[in-house]
Amino acid sequence: MIVLAFLAQTLRIAIPYLFAASGGVISERSGLIGLGLEGYMLGGAFCGAVASYYSGSPWVGLLGAVAGGAALALLYALTAIRFRADQVVVGIAVNLLVTGATRFFLRLAFHSSANSPRVPGFGAEQSGTGLASLARNPLIWLGILAIAVMAWLLYRTPYGLRVRAAGEHPEAALSVGVPVDRVRYVAAALSGMLAALGGAYLALDQHQFSAEMTAGRGFIALAATIFGRWDPFRAALACLFFAAAETLQIQLQGAQVIPSQFVEMIPYALTIVALAGVVGRAVPPAALGKATE
Amino acid sequence: MSSVESSASAPIAIRLSDIYKSFGPVNANRGASIQVARGEIHALVGENGAGKSTLMRILGGMYAPDAGKMEVNGRDVTGWTTAEAIDAGVGMVHQHFMLVPTLTVAENMMLGREPTSRGQLDSARVAREVTELSKRTGLAVHPQRKVADLSVGEAQRVEILKTLYRGAKILILDEPTAVLSPPEIDELWRVLRGMRERGETIVLITHKLDEVMEISDTITVMRHGQTIAQLTTTETTPAAIAKAMVGRDVQLATHYGETSSRSLELPSASLLEVRDLVVDGPRRASAVDGVGFSIAPGEILGIAGVEGNGQTELLEALAGLRPVRSGSTSVAGRDITALSVKSRGDAGLSHIPEDRHARGLVLDYTIAENLILGQQHRFTTGVRLDNDAIIDNARRQIDAFDIRPAVPSVPARALSGGNQQKIVIAREMSRGFQVLLAAQPTRGVDVGAIEFIHARLRETRNAGKAILLVSADLAEVLALSDRIAVMYGGKFAAVLNRRDASEEVLGPYMTGAEHAA
Repeated sequence: MIVLAFLAQTLRIAIPYLFAASGGVISERSGLIGLGLEGYMLGGAFCGAVASYYSGSPWVGLLGAVAGGAALALLYALTAIRFRADQVVVGIAVNLLVTGATRFFLRLAFHSSANSPRVPGFGAEQSGTGLASLARNPLIWLGILAIAVMAWLLYRTPYGLRVRAAGEHPEAALSVGVPVDRVRYVAAALSGMLAALGGAYLALDQHQFSAEMTAGRGFIALAATIFGRWDPFRAALACLFFAAAETLQIQLQGAQVIPSQFVEMIPYALTIVALAGVVGRAVPPAALGKATE
Repeated sequence: MSSVESSASAPIAIRLSDIYKSFGPVNANRGASIQVARGEIHALVGENGAGKSTLMRILGGMYAPDAGKMEVNGRDVTGWTTAEAIDAGVGMVHQHFMLVPTLTVAENMMLGREPTSRGQLDSARVAREVTELSKRTGLAVHPQRKVADLSVGEAQRVEILKTLYRGAKILILDEPTAVLSPPEIDELWRVLRGMRERGETIVLITHKLDEVMEISDTITVMRHGQTIAQLTTTETTPAAIAKAMVGRDVQLATHYGETSSRSLELPSASLLEVRDLVVDGPRRASAVDGVGFSIAPGEILGIAGVEGNGQTELLEALAGLRPVRSGSTSVAGRDITALSVKSRGDAGLSHIPEDRHARGLVLDYTIAENLILGQQHRFTTGVRLDNDAIIDNARRQIDAFDIRPAVPSVPARALSGGNQQKIVIAREMSRGFQVLLAAQPTRGVDVGAIEFIHARLRETRNAGKAILLVSADLAEVLALSDRIAVMYGGKFAAVLNRRDASEEVLGPYMTGAEHAA
């Protein structure tokens, strides 16, 4: 039973990572750095909560999240592609913008600086921790599906081939008539939508939006993208690995043997170790972060 | 502009008239014209920076002309896009391959016009079609191999097949032989002649005059962005073409200039001494597998060989850029095996690297800055760079090596290949040195600059220095060397005196058919 509970907890934590990392993979494979994932997630969580609150339906909430994430990612892509701004700088700016904007609109809409009121979400009111209650949450299935669909898109479709070419050798892609910029805009929009679904999962699971509720998960997802060497399945494994580390942290927290501050470091320390371990072998897409001529 | 009526009756495939194109302040094309009849091989020649590639990229739809008219098969196609050009059967093989290294051959073939079945890539169909096309043209490729794993020659085959796969009837090749070995070049000529027989039109951008004479039917010469002459190959001479390219008479240095008549006996005091050098390579266990030689003062040892037989690793190991497994190197009697790049320089070693973009220059630095790279510590006042001294040095070198434009503050990126190479050579030759490692010193450099660089290398030799020359261009090795070593499979397959060497003698050693060392 303990093993099952551990697995259930891990999967539950992994779902937002799976969404965001599949977004990270497509964005980075197309040549756009996925630094804005954190912002898309937080934006998605907020838009999802608001749309769910006003419509009374979590499904409408998901649509709201997708729209919000796409809008943010397209803003990033427009700045990086059309105006050739440095992707690292714009990525950080998007994250800061979303942090501030969600706080601002939280106050505007709900007169609170910390939380939204209770919003309709998925799953039981008293969300259990078992696998059975997890299975009733459609976002769990969507999250797993996101990875499979991303792998199919990337390796089996013309669009995926173009994404891989655009991120690796955009001049070559241009020379055979592939509209590299358009390929990248679409990849950005997809990554925004996926990451936003990951954020919406958090809000709808907790039936509430709270300020800065993504707490760096977008960056963990980016780390998983890199740890997974820009491949959807390997990135998914990385997500599960990080989620397992977090679960371990939660369980150890209860045990009270090690100071909690150290326990809380576990996932992040593991992230650093994992990335340092693959850094020699991880070859990013050659044109990552570079605007086309 | 002298104009020759195009070969009689064949319909005109390409007609570009009065093309203008500028990039910022650089006028790449200033009223360039070219006319090519269907079914002929046309050579577009000119020095680097003459605007050949720009003109052909305009034809291929990569750039739109600022002014001028473009016609293909009689249709006005001015300012078309890459996709439109491909649809109309115009394909271009770029000098720097336009292949995605992480994708397979088949994926590169289909990129941009991917066949699908039920929404998915139809890779099986592409593999089938590529194999078929490969058989028909005699260009052998494996559709499932990754491009990154191909040799340069194979990658070029893929490039040509890629354009044919897209239905090219007009094929533009930008300096296709720059990276090929002699047998691969013969293979390319065979393929191009086959295409000509099938009525396809070929434009070959080049500045190698022997190629022009061997393969082309007609010639357009460009200089400074303009068309200087249109010639028929059978009615002209290499000297006449060279004169049109450069604008003055040139000494065609490619064939056997004077060399000092030194004998094979080991000279008593050698300047460079290499013993049993073994260097690990990326693939093979040892890229350099026990090479030893010495070079005397006033001697050029040329290393011939097909690329990828350890020349790059040998040179990099000697320059201190790559670790050695065993063996020793000494310069003027001093063991430098364990020294850093900087200490090697102080010990009297100078290095012209084979890839000027990767190793020779910082492209975004100015000419003046590039001219002091690696010697910046000699141009300081206190902790600060001494700008006056740097500019002074730049003016002297620009003058001595005829670097154009003669403006110290221009970034190296803005210069033509020949002038970029002159920066590297000026820098490496202006430091106090005893031994010069010259790797591919004239790769991708125009006729005028080749003549200049060869003269400098001979002067250096005559001044009593030792030069190790590595070149993929056999004619260059033959023209400059006093002794010639042939490298094959990481070893010296033969070491010959210049007077005993010729293309015919060296060929079998280069392909590994003979060993003598």
